[in-house]
Amino acid sequence: MIPAGVSHTSSHGSITDVSVHWPTLGEVWEVLSFQAGYNTNLVMLGTAFLGIGAGTIGAFALLRKRALVADALSHATLPGVAIAFLIGSWMGVSRSLPLLLLGAVVSGVIGALCVQLIVRYSRIREDAAIGAVLSVFFGVGVVLLSYIQNMNVGNQGGLASFIYGQAAAMSQTNAIIIGATSLFACLLTFAFFKEFRVLCFDSTYAAAQGWPVQRLDLLLLALIAIITVIGIQAVGLILVVAMVIIPPAAARFWTERLGVMTIVSATLGGLAGYLGAAASALLERLPTGAVIVLIAGGIFTFSMIAAPARGFVAHAARRARLRLLILEQHILRKMHEQLETVAGGADRHADASVSIADLASERNWSTLRLRVALRWLSARGLLNRHNHHVSLTESGAREAARTTRNHRLWEAYLVRNADIAPSHVDTSADLVEHVLGDQLVQELERELKAEGVLLPSPHPIVATHSAREGKS
Amino acid sequence: MSIHPLPEAPPRLADLPEHSAQSPLSIHDMTVAYRHKPVLWDVDYDAPPQSLIAVVGPNGAGKSTLIKACLGLIPLASGRVEIFGQLPRRVRRDVGYVPQRESVDWDFPISALEVVAMGRYGMIGWGRRVSRAHKDAALQCLDRVGMADYAKRQISQLSGGQQQRVFLARALAQEARLYFMDEPFAGVDAATERAIVDVLRTLRDEGKTVICVHHDLQTVQEYFDHVLLLNMRVVAAGSIDTAFTHDNLQKTYGGRLTLLDQAAQALAQAGARP
Amino acid sequence: MNITLDLFLQVDLPALLAATLAAATCALLGNFLVLRRLSLMGDAIAHAVLPGIVVVFLIASTRSTLPVILGAAAAGLLTTILTELVRKIGRVESSASMGVVFSILFALGVVLLEQAAADHVDLDADCVLYGQLEDVSWFAPVAWTSFLELETWRDIPREVATLAIVFFVSAFLVTLFFKELTIAAFDSALATTLGFRASLLHYGLMALVALAAVASFEAVGSILVIAMIICPPATARMLTDRITMQVWLSLLFAVISAVLGYGLAAFGPGFFGGEHALSAAGMMTVVAGALMTLAIVASPSHGVIARRVHQSRLAASVVHEDLLALLYRFEETQQANPTVDLVHSHIRRGAPGISERALRAGFRSALKAGEITKNNNRLELSSAGRARAMEIVRTHRLWERFLVDEMGSRPDHVHRTATTLEHLTTQPMERELEMQAGAASRDPHDRPIPPKPAPNEPTPDKPTL
Repeated sequence: MIPAGVSHTSSHGSITDVSVHWPTLGEVWEVLSFQAGYNTNLVMLGTAFLGIGAGTIGAFALLRKRALVADALSHATLPGVAIAFLIGSWMGVSRSLPLLLLGAVVSGVIGALCVQLIVRYSRIREDAAIGAVLSVFFGVGVVLLSYIQNMNVGNQGGLASFIYGQAAAMSQTNAIIIGATSLFACLLTFAFFKEFRVLCFDSTYAAAQGWPVQRLDLLLLALIAIITVIGIQAVGLILVVAMVIIPPAAARFWTERLGVMTIVSATLGGLAGYLGAAASALLERLPTGAVIVLIAGGIFTFSMIAAPARGFVAHAARRARLRLLILEQHILRKMHEQLETVAGGADRHADASVSIADLASERNWSTLRLRVALRWLSARGLLNRHNHHVSLTESGAREAARTTRNHRLWEAYLVRNADIAPSHVDTSADLVEHVLGDQLVQELERELKAEGVLLPSPHPIVATHSAREGKS
Repeated sequence: MSIHPLPEAPPRLADLPEHSAQSPLSIHDMTVAYRHKPVLWDVDYDAPPQSLIAVVGPNGAGKSTLIKACLGLIPLASGRVEIFGQLPRRVRRDVGYVPQRESVDWDFPISALEVVAMGRYGMIGWGRRVSRAHKDAALQCLDRVGMADYAKRQISQLSGGQQQRVFLARALAQEARLYFMDEPFAGVDAATERAIVDVLRTLRDEGKTVICVHHDLQTVQEYFDHVLLLNMRVVAAGSIDTAFTHDNLQKTYGGRLTLLDQAAQALAQAGARP
Repeated sequence: MNITLDLFLQVDLPALLAATLAAATCALLGNFLVLRRLSLMGDAIAHAVLPGIVVVFLIASTRSTLPVILGAAAAGLLTTILTELVRKIGRVESSASMGVVFSILFALGVVLLEQAAADHVDLDADCVLYGQLEDVSWFAPVAWTSFLELETWRDIPREVATLAIVFFVSAFLVTLFFKELTIAAFDSALATTLGFRASLLHYGLMALVALAAVASFEAVGSILVIAMIICPPATARMLTDRITMQVWLSLLFAVISAVLGYGLAAFGPGFFGGEHALSAAGMMTVVAGALMTLAIVASPSHGVIARRVHQSRLAASVVHEDLLALLYRFEETQQANPTVDLVHSHIRRGAPGISERALRAGFRSALKAGEITKNNNRLELSSAGRARAMEIVRTHRLWERFLVDEMGSRPDHVHRTATTLEHLTTQPMERELEMQAGAASRDPHDRPIPPKPAPNEPTPDKPTL
């Protein structure tokens, strides 16, 4: 069975020619729309299916914290491949693909089981067991390969492709095997979705419920094994773990639902496979496997930075907004308190003003941050800025009163119930008061009233309600 | 006279004179070891039906171990457990479990409702989807713990108390007859504490038995009917009036028996079956 | 294949030196990774130095040692930092974040390598994995005496020199910070409270690992780096509980793996009539793995076999003691001299699941010790046996008293526990037991607790109830 494809990675042109030939848009479209010839299409479809399968299984491997077991498993396939090759050539079939894949699966699973055996029967921890199995099995494979290289049998060139992968040389048989296996893995995952979910989330509970946790784990391991094995020929056994880890890790940034995450992960994996194969068909000297991983890595980085729910930018923006909110509320409260004492009553707030210098000295606020906050407040119509002074507008005064009132409510509550209240909040008490929702404020009032605590209420209590209405 | 008192074929625990036939949970001479080191010695216990039972004892007394052993999650070094007169693995559907909150990764991509629906998985069976009816049942259970509004929330966006209530709802969804709860009151807010107590009382009134690992000695009398005082062995067990006494508490919390510790150590080193 | 001295000195010796130094350096640093459960960080760094080297090459078009080493160390640190970043900002579980980072970096390295390969660079992906030990050669020495000449040393292969420097730097730093590294491995929070900068130490260690990885990989390849970081320390860990000893043992195993592995790869095939050498780096890994397997199975202190042997000895001695106690109880109930079969069935019933082998071994050892005698298939205690049996039964019944009185166990449930404990009671425990329960003269089943035998007391008589 000789691979029908032609390697795109082998160097075209002369060695001295290092200039990159950039493809035209037309060429790009030609490749992406499956018009660039049978072999290219085959490779693109094959790697896309691989990405879909690996992404699906990977979601559960990641959540079950088995990510690097997949790495040990993929490295452990090498001796199996070599032994299968030796057996094949001894039987007279040179390089039978099913035999090689069978050898890979068997030795990969043996490797993964070795990790478990070492952890169970010795004092060596899981991380060291994974690393040891990974390197030693690979070493055995390397020794066997060096033996095979010196044998007088033809057709051994393909063996090296198991290490780095040679997607470009994908045959029709290869592509069909990948597609069928991937589909099979997706179907199994779909069928046992519920079981895998409870296994990954809470295996103790699953065991208490009578689910056969060990057998489910073994099923998951078997799925990882077959997807890894069909992947190594395309991506190579060093990088195939990336196909299992990166798409689900990237998908996790976009959703909080397991079902959606699995689908997104499969999609991203498929996309990486498709685009990676296309890129290596279009550009010279791009090994397909590595390009696929790099594209997956790009998707991951983009997701980590830009995903709306869990991405870095969204997270940073939320934190910045919270900080601004806190500063803003501090300023409002400060002004309210100052007016309470200086003006002898906050009802003449509208014409009273506070100097910016006073504000700045209050809490060591940096002038820059203060300026931003003041500008923001005046943009919201809560504040009038003069040269060195600021004064509250009417709605600003209401907002300030409301903020101060919430603060005092919370303070009173903490004084009363310090022993229980903060225990269920992770953020510090100082942070909490700034994010008190209306519902929580009402609850606070109710609770404090029930305990008979009378607040030193900031002046217009009735106004706080209208302020809330006015705001919305 | 017989030299070894062990009978040839062990009878059902309920038939033994020291166990009651009505008891939802019978523990007979149970020893549980972790890495050959006994954590619980010779536990004999019968849970009274239709009651709220607090398992109380100092840290390392084996409270969680007791629950896990009863659920069949860790093997017994010796002894037997019967639930409703059956081996635990035969009646899993009838036994609800609320693990400690720290035991799972709360960052897992799953909603509160989906967690609660896990309580129904046993009824649904292998490979089948979670049907509308099961989802409705799960939602009702969330409502019972006052969490219906949070059904769609991802679980990390819930407070500790709310997470605990989700776990409780999951156990309710199972419609079990006997419940094991591992510190359901640990680190929860006052509102959650009230909600949990209400649920426990309702369960008891429905004729169910709840066994709770509990840390707060102040509230044992208020929340529970029965108590099991544990410190590597059963110090005392019974109704609150009879067993929850100053004397017994002193024995439970007054340090461990040195001899027992030494024996446990010796067993661990021997690596023998205790 | 004929081995001549000059061939050995010019080809095999430098390769051996390079491999040994690489293995020793990796194993030395690996100790602290394995103890801190960071073994896979070594794996990650070993993969991630590839882009570092290629980038340096693309920028500086040089393969000279210093820039390459700097580039690789930077890549190693980058891996560590990126892993932390992905874990913290991305909230990805730590081993997965390692996997994400190193596979992306390795892929980057492979792509860059492919680009660089166009500029006729003799860097290729294979040498990254298994190194080019065959290319390490030292033309100067032609005989042992050559080493006395300065000229020879001036011609020392670059790889060997680099590795030697890295090894001595690592050894120096590890010796200097041994205390700190040990504490950090044991408890990094403690290290911080004691005033060490645990994070500084961490990054320092990672930089050293990267250094070791890059210095080694040209000669032996990254696969050997990973194996040597993990296997020798793990092997040593199976053999000792002391960290100093562990470090020395790991160095020893690293050297053995390198030398034996090289020997097998280079000369092994010759013995079987093969012509070509096998992959040396691969063979060293195999030897390291074999040593580890051997330690897991056969370590005298923590090995599987040692544990099994210990267990079966224990089981036999339990049967031995059970047998004595049983015969004593027969004497108590006036049913003297029971048949072997009856005794067998009693012991089996008392300890269900006991193996035939343990049973036979226990009987043998009791007979051999002269503590029981066998006549006409009937068993009887000798006087020495009776004395020992009394002690066992005494301990058993004291335990029963203790379990019932102090622990509140049910009298009919304590027999089994007491049966277990009677075999494990040490002198101090016995004294404690006597203090707690020694006043009683009868056990909970109202059988007499035999008296404590005084030294040199004449043989006790048969007991009576």
